[in-house]
Amino acid sequence: MTSTFAELTAAASHDVDLVVIGGSAGGVQALLALLQPLPSNYALPIVALLHMPEDRSSRLPEVFGYRLAMPVREARDKEPIAPSTVYFAPPGYHLSIEQDNSFSLSGEDPVYFSRPSIDVLMASAADARGPRVAGILLTGASSDGAAGLGRIKAAGGLAVVQDPAQAQVPTMPQAAIDHTAPDLVLPLNDIHTLLLMLGTPP
Amino acid sequence: MPDSHVDVEVRLLMEAIYAKYSQDFREYAGSSQKRRVLYALQKLDCDTISTLQSKVLHDPTIFQQLMQILTIPFSEMFRDPAFFLALREHVMPVLRTYPSLKIWIAGCSTGEEVYSLAILLKEEELLARTILYATDINPAVLEKARQGIYPLESLRHYTTNYQAAGGKAAFSDYYTAAYNAGRFDRSLVENVTFADHSLATDSVFSEVHLVLCRNVLIYFQKTLQDRALGLFHESLCHRGFLGLGTKESLDFSGYAEHFEPVVKQERIFRKR
Repeated sequence: MTSTFAELTAAASHDVDLVVIGGSAGGVQALLALLQPLPSNYALPIVALLHMPEDRSSRLPEVFGYRLAMPVREARDKEPIAPSTVYFAPPGYHLSIEQDNSFSLSGEDPVYFSRPSIDVLMASAADARGPRVAGILLTGASSDGAAGLGRIKAAGGLAVVQDPAQAQVPTMPQAAIDHTAPDLVLPLNDIHTLLLMLGTPP
Repeated sequence: MPDSHVDVEVRLLMEAIYAKYSQDFREYAGSSQKRRVLYALQKLDCDTISTLQSKVLHDPTIFQQLMQILTIPFSEMFRDPAFFLALREHVMPVLRTYPSLKIWIAGCSTGEEVYSLAILLKEEELLARTILYATDINPAVLEKARQGIYPLESLRHYTTNYQAAGGKAAFSDYYTAAYNAGRFDRSLVENVTFADHSLATDSVFSEVHLVLCRNVLIYFQKTLQDRALGLFHESLCHRGFLGLGTKESLDFSGYAEHFEPVVKQERIFRKR
């Protein structure tokens, strides 16, 4: 699937102040491809959630910190969300966005066997920030994220899905497409272009 | 974002609960509380939060059921073994210097942490001279905590945790197995007072040497978090210890300056 420059420009006219990205199997590679080329002063906060075994996901901030120009941190409970920062959800807890633009953690039951859950994160972002959220769902072998991305779209935010044909594992993006009509279905390099456009005010 | 009708209804429900039952959930973190209430609608068969509010007000048993949903049990024995190992290595040697000890486990839920700490104290030969206060707002979980009976399938996992936490004996020495469950040795909780206490509305009841409050503050808004930390600070003796959950922090509280880290990674602090 290809998209025209006009489609990207139209989507980029969305006034976004928070980017939330979810992924599962194959997600580390996809997320690196997406974020590695972003400049260190990229304006928007990016909150990333990748399903990983608990002992390995705690190393994500370190792994990405070495490779990204942007500062990378693990999201902490009650921490205000700062611009120009990539945050990773810590292992073993659900991560939410609160109305006052801070993070919160919770030990509620896993969703789709996952804690943290992309559905929980995206739904809370939609609740807290409404139309000002861009949600991006990447490769993965789970249906987590489909409902959450639907909540972002319903709240007037921007819903973007990696083209399943190009995803390492198409289950997660396909589930999102089946659940809710995303604004855009794009290959990774176009999602990257969109991120650049969203983070560069006209 | 303007409040949706759901946000308004959740707030009204918490006001109603406070007015009727004096349980204060009004300053709990918004997103998890909202998810719990929406989940309660399904479990308690209500179409709207307003319907739930009406039922809660007219039927105390519905309130009891809602209470079990609003409070989130998130406990296992020796959860985060590295935390208990750090307690053993860095806190126990200091506690040993006191002739008698008092410890407060705030938000003890179903008691897994109480038994874990009691085992640790016993192995460090401190249990006999320690009084423990285990508190929670939920009478139902306090009753479970008193009983100290946990399913055998969980005990396998707890055994691994116990060993990783530097356990000195065989974990099975501490419980008697029967009917797919293990009941922990009564002698472990001989000196434990299980009590109803709210970090939102109650005050300090004793001077203690150590406060454990793990994975409780994450459910509080900042103002309530600071109230709770204020109680801990007031309750702790000079240079007393505070242990929080592994992903909790004092950095976003009004009490960052009042405590110094002892084992930063494990969130063990000491009163300045």
